[in-house]
Amino acid sequence: MAKITAGVCTSHVPAIGAAIDNGKTGDDYWRPMFAGYEYSKQWIAEQKPDVILLVYNDHASAFDSNLVPTFAIATGEEFKPADEGWGPRPVPNVKGHPTLASHIAQSVIQDEFDLTIVNNLDVDHGLTVPLSLLFGQPSEWPCRVIPIAVNVVLYPPPSGKRCYALGKALRRAVESFDDNLNVQVWGTGGMSHQLQGPRAGLINQEFDNDFLDRIVDDAEALAQVPHINYVREAGSEGIELVMWLIARGALNDKVTLKHRFYHVPASNTAVGHLVLENS
Amino acid sequence: MALDKPYEDVPGTTIFDADMARKGFHLNQFCMSLMKAGNRDAFRADERAYLDQWPMTEAQKQAVLDRDYNRMMALGGNIYFLAKIFSSDGISFQAAAATMTGMSQAEYAQMMLDGGRSPQGNMYKEDK
Repeated sequence: MAKITAGVCTSHVPAIGAAIDNGKTGDDYWRPMFAGYEYSKQWIAEQKPDVILLVYNDHASAFDSNLVPTFAIATGEEFKPADEGWGPRPVPNVKGHPTLASHIAQSVIQDEFDLTIVNNLDVDHGLTVPLSLLFGQPSEWPCRVIPIAVNVVLYPPPSGKRCYALGKALRRAVESFDDNLNVQVWGTGGMSHQLQGPRAGLINQEFDNDFLDRIVDDAEALAQVPHINYVREAGSEGIELVMWLIARGALNDKVTLKHRFYHVPASNTAVGHLVLENS
Repeated sequence: MALDKPYEDVPGTTIFDADMARKGFHLNQFCMSLMKAGNRDAFRADERAYLDQWPMTEAQKQAVLDRDYNRMMALGGNIYFLAKIFSSDGISFQAAAATMTGMSQAEYAQMMLDGGRSPQGNMYKEDK
């Protein structure tokens, strides 16, 4: 039986990817941020997941205004890094897990979550930056990845409550898959940031740290927080944090906090990171 | 009945909702075309002629020519689509964000190093 063993939450700022790709991780600006991921790189090397369900959002790369799926799961064999306007990131193609992904799609739709199914999908920094943060710069990614894309660009995104419930449905789907697989669920995006308008640059350390506290052991109540609180307090793009609740929902009610990290700034954004294991 | 839009009293912020997406559809799809290197070259060669191929309003075209990102957002542009324009210009997200705030790039970068823009006084329009 496949089993979800752990979850990772992390920001996915594009400038982090650029720092890795351009060999700047040792610069004074970046060194303290990358230091916050040293534990996690060792941890994942020991955990050796077979598959990661990677929850992220597309930033007008694969999905434009013509097609905006609220939740989409990618069932393809392989996904290329997207050209986001400055050429694709120099990272390996992402290998999917078509049989598990198709199984999850069928299971969660029967479980009341009407996911969009996508096969050809170029994956942007939202998906590849978290992989780079945890795995560094290998010639091949060491495990399979199933992209789960969430709309957080066109308002409204799905509610925190809906995201948390989707996580629970993903867990039921994974646990009904016959092959023995070590599966992790990652939630990405955030933390507080606003990239637009005269209020650009907003950072709310109090909001972020409260979120980091509560997602560990008060997640059910945290999932009830309405969108407007994220927009007002954590910035218009801080609303990406609802995606962390999908990862949290897929884990046990009780989890063990293995690592927590918070850093300001990475470009316009507050970086948050958690490693959680099922207790 | 009108939709509830509680985010309208958040200062300095344009929420890209269904109404804005409808207004900005062609502007945003023009931006998407800049993800292809050949289109970026054509845009750079003659911006006005390239824009005229799209059924955008004159105000939207002028805002693009002026690189006035706040205006583009007021006319339905979304920042992740508009990012294709400043990426084509070789400008970073941080530099582009600075232009929307009225700060210089250096002032904006320093604000971020100092912990970012404080939420105090920046959460409700009446606080401004």
